[in-house]
Amino acid sequence: MGLTARPEGRTLATFQPQSQEGWIATRLDFLVNWGRANSLWPMPFGTACCAIEFMATAASHFDLARFGMERMSFSPRQADVLICAGRVPFKLAPVIRRIWQQMPQPKWSISMGACASSGGMFDNYAVVQGIDTIIPVDVYVPGCPPRPEGLLYGIRLLQQKVMRERMSDSTRLRAEMEPDPTSQLYIPPSAIDTLSEPFGNSVNQTRSGL
Amino acid sequence: MSVPPHRGGPENPSAAALRERFPGAVGRVDVVWGETSIVLPPERVREIVQWLHDDPAQRYDYLCDVTAVEFRDPEEPLTVVWHLRSLPHRRFLRLKAELGAGAGAPLEVDSVWSVYKAADWLERECYDMFGIRFRGHPDLRRILMWEQYHEGYPLRKDFPLRGRFSRSEQLRQALAAHPESRYSLEELSIADASEDLPEAMRQRLRSGERTGE
Repeated sequence: MGLTARPEGRTLATFQPQSQEGWIATRLDFLVNWGRANSLWPMPFGTACCAIEFMATAASHFDLARFGMERMSFSPRQADVLICAGRVPFKLAPVIRRIWQQMPQPKWSISMGACASSGGMFDNYAVVQGIDTIIPVDVYVPGCPPRPEGLLYGIRLLQQKVMRERMSDSTRLRAEMEPDPTSQLYIPPSAIDTLSEPFGNSVNQTRSGL
Repeated sequence: MSVPPHRGGPENPSAAALRERFPGAVGRVDVVWGETSIVLPPERVREIVQWLHDDPAQRYDYLCDVTAVEFRDPEEPLTVVWHLRSLPHRRFLRLKAELGAGAGAPLEVDSVWSVYKAADWLERECYDMFGIRFRGHPDLRRILMWEQYHEGYPLRKDFPLRGRFSRSEQLRQALAAHPESRYSLEELSIADASEDLPEAMRQRLRSGERTGE
């Protein structure tokens, strides 16, 4: 299916200087990554109830601003991270793909909630079965909807991921314009049917066939 | 507040008025949970709705919904349903038209758009989901699914839950669609303001230029 497990050695860590890189390069990496990770401007793509939890996360009680994300960017041109909160119908698939392409590099995305990650309970004709079939996804936040703590945890994971980027290691830099299947963040069309076929299809409008 | 009985109870007075005004056109009349449903022949619905709207004793001035029902039993006809409300008389009336059973029956009925402008999108939704054609509708095309969608009519009983095409094919078709091409200038609110726009901007819009690209 083209999907493999996470390669060995990619553990979550904040800063791992590598001996073959110079001191200046690693410190510059650290500085750039520190700046990026702590000023991620989110592009909120809220389509359903997850967006309510996202709003709660941004509000004063949970205070997304603590992580440098207080500036909601409603233009993809000025955004760093796409947060897809809610189900995406097929009619919106070209829209979210276009928004992703309009975001400047470097860019990341968070799939918030069960529906954005997998289609959730909406396993039907109208809903995309996971936005990772359209755009690459860095962090999946499970839940229906996830609590604000869950989203904050996902954002913390994304920040750790940003901190791991290295100028000298092109495999860790995110620079693709079209979603790249080899990045393992994106399910190529050839793998979609392999994943969805075991679930079958039915004219009975209920799963149980009653 | 007393709960009306499941079956029976006082009829909506409009049912008796319809029997008097259109003899022979009024079919079965059911009163369920205090609400009256009247089965009408499909070819006379528009005329009867027009009278219900205009008659001073009826004044059904609000169209709540136009929808359809398909039953699992293939012998049962596909039924179009209109929900009317009379705000002055505080009455609710449900009209039904059975479009004939079997696969070959033509799914056509007159549009009530000429009576209620609200029927525009309601009938488009009904066409989109059930494939019922409304004669006389000014702009009958899909509204929920995109216009190039040709897997069928999703709420019909012969439509599989996950659609007719494979997931990858569905995604390929969806991604091939152009979001902007679905909306004509008339549909965008800018059409109303078109007269107020500067001439240069109007020319650019007319030439098909898109902003933000």
